[in-house]
Amino acid sequence: MMFGWQGKILRVNLSDGSIKPEALNEEWAHQFIGARGLGTKYFFEEVDPQVDPLSPKNKLIFMTGPLTGTFASSAGRFNVVTKGPLNGTIAASNSGGYWGAELKYAGWDGIIIEGRADRPVYLYIYNDQAELRCAEELWGKNVFETTDMLKEATDEEAKVACIGPAGENLVKFACIMNEYHRAAGRSGVGAVMGSKNLKAIVVRGTGSIKVDNPAAFMQACQDARKKLREHEVTGEGLGAYGTNILVNILNEHGGLPVKNFSEAAVFPNAEKISGEYHAEKYLVRNKGCFGCTIACGRVTNIPQGRFKSSGEGPEYEATWTFGSNLAIDDFEAICKANFLCNELGLDPITMGGTISCATELVQRGIIPRTVADLRWGDGAMLVDLVRKTAYREGFGDELAEGSYRLAEKYGHPEFSMTVKKQELPAYDPRGLQGIGLNYATSNRGGCHVRGYMTSPEVLGLPERVDPDATEGKPALLKTFQDLTALCDSAGICLFTTFAIGLPEIAAQLRTATGLNISDDEYLLAGERIWNLERLFNLKAGFSKKDDTLPPRLLKDPMPGGPHKGRVVELDKMLPEYYRLRGWNEEGVPTQERLQQLGLA
Amino acid sequence: MSKVLFVEPERCTGCRTCELICSFTHTGEFNPLHSCVSIVAFEKNGFSFPAVCQQCSIAACMEVCPVGAISKDQNGAMIVNHSICLRCKMCTIACPFGATFYDAENDRILKCDLCGGDPQCVENCASGALTYREANTVNQSKRRATAAKFLGLMEEGR
Repeated sequence: MMFGWQGKILRVNLSDGSIKPEALNEEWAHQFIGARGLGTKYFFEEVDPQVDPLSPKNKLIFMTGPLTGTFASSAGRFNVVTKGPLNGTIAASNSGGYWGAELKYAGWDGIIIEGRADRPVYLYIYNDQAELRCAEELWGKNVFETTDMLKEATDEEAKVACIGPAGENLVKFACIMNEYHRAAGRSGVGAVMGSKNLKAIVVRGTGSIKVDNPAAFMQACQDARKKLREHEVTGEGLGAYGTNILVNILNEHGGLPVKNFSEAAVFPNAEKISGEYHAEKYLVRNKGCFGCTIACGRVTNIPQGRFKSSGEGPEYEATWTFGSNLAIDDFEAICKANFLCNELGLDPITMGGTISCATELVQRGIIPRTVADLRWGDGAMLVDLVRKTAYREGFGDELAEGSYRLAEKYGHPEFSMTVKKQELPAYDPRGLQGIGLNYATSNRGGCHVRGYMTSPEVLGLPERVDPDATEGKPALLKTFQDLTALCDSAGICLFTTFAIGLPEIAAQLRTATGLNISDDEYLLAGERIWNLERLFNLKAGFSKKDDTLPPRLLKDPMPGGPHKGRVVELDKMLPEYYRLRGWNEEGVPTQERLQQLGLA
Repeated sequence: MSKVLFVEPERCTGCRTCELICSFTHTGEFNPLHSCVSIVAFEKNGFSFPAVCQQCSIAACMEVCPVGAISKDQNGAMIVNHSICLRCKMCTIACPFGATFYDAENDRILKCDLCGGDPQCVENCASGALTYREANTVNQSKRRATAAKFLGLMEEGR
């Protein structure tokens, strides 16, 4: 009997329709914990890294962590692990909501999806029973319609993870949505699901989760929850203003990217897209994921006008990507575009980054205006392009490939603001050197939540570091990346790490699972996971040359603002980063390091 | 003065921490279906309603029980005497809110017992949707909020 983990995996082969339960590999669970780490271990052992992401040979793994569904701090997370079609790296896309917890209550730690169904199907799981059902009537429906119809067809309390039209149409950055508004957002995991003709996974669970030492576990959880409730970020800021609290903060810092990172990272109208403005004008109430005291989610209503709509969000990243990155200061248009992304199943970061890149290419005369007449600052144009992308209509068909393929097609990939072909998020790294190193080394390409250096460099958490300095950044980033890998694998939300750290996460894991290893050994599990992801990417064909940034960020000095004149000094940080990781000069883990990590 | 478990759904974020702490307090495990408080979620609308026993003064669960297994304790909570309860489940049918239910795994009726006067759901509710307050005063903040609106209008000279 396992504690924390349920000890069971469901293996579903869509090609032959077989559904088989199997015991969770306990040794792997101890080494790779759960969710992101454990999902990656299964994927690494079972799938050829050279696989075409949209072929039946790719697999799609949904994995929870040992803390998911328990009283642990903000423990509602699950990860979708696959090879992503946007860039071919290992994709571990993390989502909150309630679906992950429901899967645990149904008695499963995870689901491994293989093959491809002949016709559209959905998977319905009710505790230990699972079956594939016809989804022909659902194909073409958006996320909200699909979720409604599946609750009606199965159980009103069931939780639904599904794709929208974007996933069906193999948009390279389609996401998998759950509970209408939550997303496994990045890397295009929704397109993999679409390629398998799998419309949804519906879960209803009525069972329990047991922990190893209930009294000690509750004490560890209460300790973590108390710190979350008393912390200025997790107890006040994120609750009051959501992640959009960052708009004004990053703008003042001079790190809020504008117009595809082509201008100074200061947006004159930032106030009009800020969390404060959002809360004052449009916020209905806060929304929490499973077991979360932070409740950063925003229930938002645009009561009237041409963008009249309601939904959840936008988060900071969406606000930026549809806001200052397109020079749009109309918050109602930003909300509408964000709600559409949820309904159609699109990743806002890549959506906005791709429109932004395309707009710059049009402005430079690289894309003819006869192909697409794109302008900065046009909210109605944005909303129209989001819809067209999901359905691959007109120019939307080109946008659906992401900014790198788009810019490459027109002969100028340098204007794609991507790392490893995935669009960068909302921090201009010329104003945050550490986040620049994180972008360059992130195992899924352009991403902020692999090592959130914004925390020390801008927010001063856990302690303030000079954002312009390069000294000390590689070591700090390594710790952030390893801890994040552990946090993502435990099944708790990364946002908890504003207030808690390794001791609190390890204490919750230890008492839940009975895996009595030291704090440092838990952190080592994070490092093991990081290196396994790296090994996958190396086998998939990535190398040192891909650990870089768009030339603009390395060569073009920041045009203005507090960090005027700066570029990312990657060459000062990357060699030291490799050294600290125990990788050789080519960024390949040494045999010695792999042995220490138990990966040799 | 008797206290009541007061619910303000408009404050609820739907995090379901109350379900976790309640099921743990009563069973030592985590299972929302073993919790006496249930979050009824309207996920599309982002609205959540904490459904929990209101400890009715004229309690249908108590009245319908054929063996008198449900009685009121000193905190005003309707308590199930498990030693004489037949598990006939008539109380679960009679409760108009669906707040009394049957836990099949442990073969017993589950309903809110106010944790002996220290409700753990309230203790752990971060949003303030659940509070445990003097029965006579629960709505005073709503009265004051309404009055404050009038004050504002008068000061604007309207």
